[in-house]
Amino acid sequence: MAEIRLVNIVKKFDEDTVVNNLNLTIEDGSFTVIVGPSGCGKSTTLRMIAGLETPTSGEIWIGDECVTNMEPGKRNIAMVFQNYALYPTMTVRKNIEFGLVNKKVQKAERDSLIQEISDIVGLTDHLDKKPHQLSGGQRQRVALARAMVKKPKVFILDEPLSNLDAKLRGQMRRELIQLHKRLGTTFVYVTHDQVEAMSMGDQIILLDKGVTQQMDSPMNMYHDPNNVFTAEFIGTPPMNILERGHLNAVLPTLFEDVKYVGFKPEHAEIIAGSEERQDHVVLKSEILTTETLGAETIYTVSNAAGMMNVKRFDTPIEETNDVQIAIPYEKLYFFDGQEERIRFIEIDRTAPQQPKPVLVGGV
Amino acid sequence: MTLANSNETLHRKREQSALSALNWVAVRPYMMIFPAIIVFTLFFLYPIGYMIYLSFHDWNFVSPDKDYVGFSNFTALLQDAKFQQVLRNTFMYSFATVSLTISISLLLALWLNKKGAMYGFVQGAIFSPHIISLVSISMLWMWIMDTDYGLLNWFLNLFGISNIPWLTDPKTSLLSLIIVAVWKGIGYYTLIFIAGLQSIPKDIYEAAALDDTSKVRTFFKLTLPMLSPTLFFLTIIGLIGSFQVFETISIMTKGGPINSTNTIVYYIYENGFRFFKIGYASTAGVILLLVVGVFTIIYFKLLSRKVHYQS
Repeated sequence: MAEIRLVNIVKKFDEDTVVNNLNLTIEDGSFTVIVGPSGCGKSTTLRMIAGLETPTSGEIWIGDECVTNMEPGKRNIAMVFQNYALYPTMTVRKNIEFGLVNKKVQKAERDSLIQEISDIVGLTDHLDKKPHQLSGGQRQRVALARAMVKKPKVFILDEPLSNLDAKLRGQMRRELIQLHKRLGTTFVYVTHDQVEAMSMGDQIILLDKGVTQQMDSPMNMYHDPNNVFTAEFIGTPPMNILERGHLNAVLPTLFEDVKYVGFKPEHAEIIAGSEERQDHVVLKSEILTTETLGAETIYTVSNAAGMMNVKRFDTPIEETNDVQIAIPYEKLYFFDGQEERIRFIEIDRTAPQQPKPVLVGGV
Repeated sequence: MTLANSNETLHRKREQSALSALNWVAVRPYMMIFPAIIVFTLFFLYPIGYMIYLSFHDWNFVSPDKDYVGFSNFTALLQDAKFQQVLRNTFMYSFATVSLTISISLLLALWLNKKGAMYGFVQGAIFSPHIISLVSISMLWMWIMDTDYGLLNWFLNLFGISNIPWLTDPKTSLLSLIIVAVWKGIGYYTLIFIAGLQSIPKDIYEAAALDDTSKVRTFFKLTLPMLSPTLFFLTIIGLIGSFQVFETISIMTKGGPINSTNTIVYYIYENGFRFFKIGYASTAGVILLLVVGVFTIIYFKLLSRKVHYQS
């Protein structure tokens, strides 16, 4: 039982409100990723769960214990820091052992635990080295081992992969997913990188300016964003958000007060300049850049509605000037003046096309 | 033929200019450090050499003759009971001063290493003795430590402790000088310790907090090892400085009573400029040079290992 609940959490630094009335539940055994741009309060939230910061008001519950004012060491939490925070004067073995000695674990048990954990993370050959003799990836493993050896109720990871190079980051990402499966413990993971969030989390909490934007599974987050912020944050490249005013000529009549229209880069199609499409938004465009990534190609196109990204999986297009992009009506997302999603909307297809009213949600 | 000749001359000229350029490149660094070498030789090497030269001679400072006496100054000095006491005093003074200053400053630094007006004020207050001249400090403490009218005894009287003859009793005189040295030193030492403490990454302490580490264990297992460069630097600098103590002794006790506060530098001064035994004083100077030299070598040897430096 280690469900984490944050109830009406507010955190202020002097007059700065970093976290504003945050309520969230992190399910027992889940891999929850808190994601958001820098300064959104994600690290502060994490540090409050760890006990390194005290909330200005509100309560934090771990399992059925209120830990709001409990010391970090008593919360049965292990944390992996962005800069690893290894003890520089101690060997890898001593680093891993340190917390166990504090818990008064017997020497024989300590040794077998260290052996077991260092086998899992592949550090057995490095136990007698000091942290400065290790590479970034190895230090990361020491930090993980130090956290794992305590067998905590909750793992907390604060941007643990941000100091690694891209290849190692991918590898560690997969290792962390496997580790979570193996341990079955609650993981709370903070990152600013939506790819990490999407690939690792089974629950994502998206924060902005100390407020939850959306709390959902990765697929829902992607396919069913609540607002413009989520839509523009998730996805590589993220959703294109266009102002409705720029699209009046090509859009059917909308009965709702729509301010923004969005579509995913992979839902747009690039067609020849002369082609016509029914039930599509068609925009005369010019391709500015073409990024060929092998399996997919990302085009940056410019048209009357602005700049937007299109992602296609077919052969890269040579013609760049006389093209059109076409987005099917049912793949459009609509947002109101407050940038909130309008989920159900009636479209009158009489103008500029034939009548055929339907409900679309963009799902 | 002429063409070949002129070509040859051209070649030779080029070679010559290349050679002189090469010479200039080789010579230039020496030219640049030449002024510094002059100053160093004149004001460091020459006096040291002359002191060593004098230590093998008997000279009274005024006579034109310097009598060569071989090692007799050294044998006499090392058998001199007074000098043995001087050495003991110097070591006692140095080790007591340095260990007390370091332990008190470290505790103060741990307390003052926080943000807040009060901490800044205390830090400034304990640093102020460092910028006062030692002569003023000596005068001040002569009054504070006066047996009958001193502030210190007045304060102790409040607790029913009778007057202590701080500077006039051989039992307490060296201690009194140590107290003054510690009082003067802690401000500077604390400042350096605070700088050392601030260079320790904060997240290590957070990791320790999550590991449920007690305050005492955090101090001995994390803070102290991380402070070892600072600690080591201050110890050696402090020892070298204390070996050379002079002003306070010269003003407050003149080495007395009964030689109880006489230290090497004061002993050199006494022999040289009061008894005019220049050769003998130079010999003591050579001994001091050796002692300080040994500690300096230890400092630089150990600097490269044993001590943890953050990468």
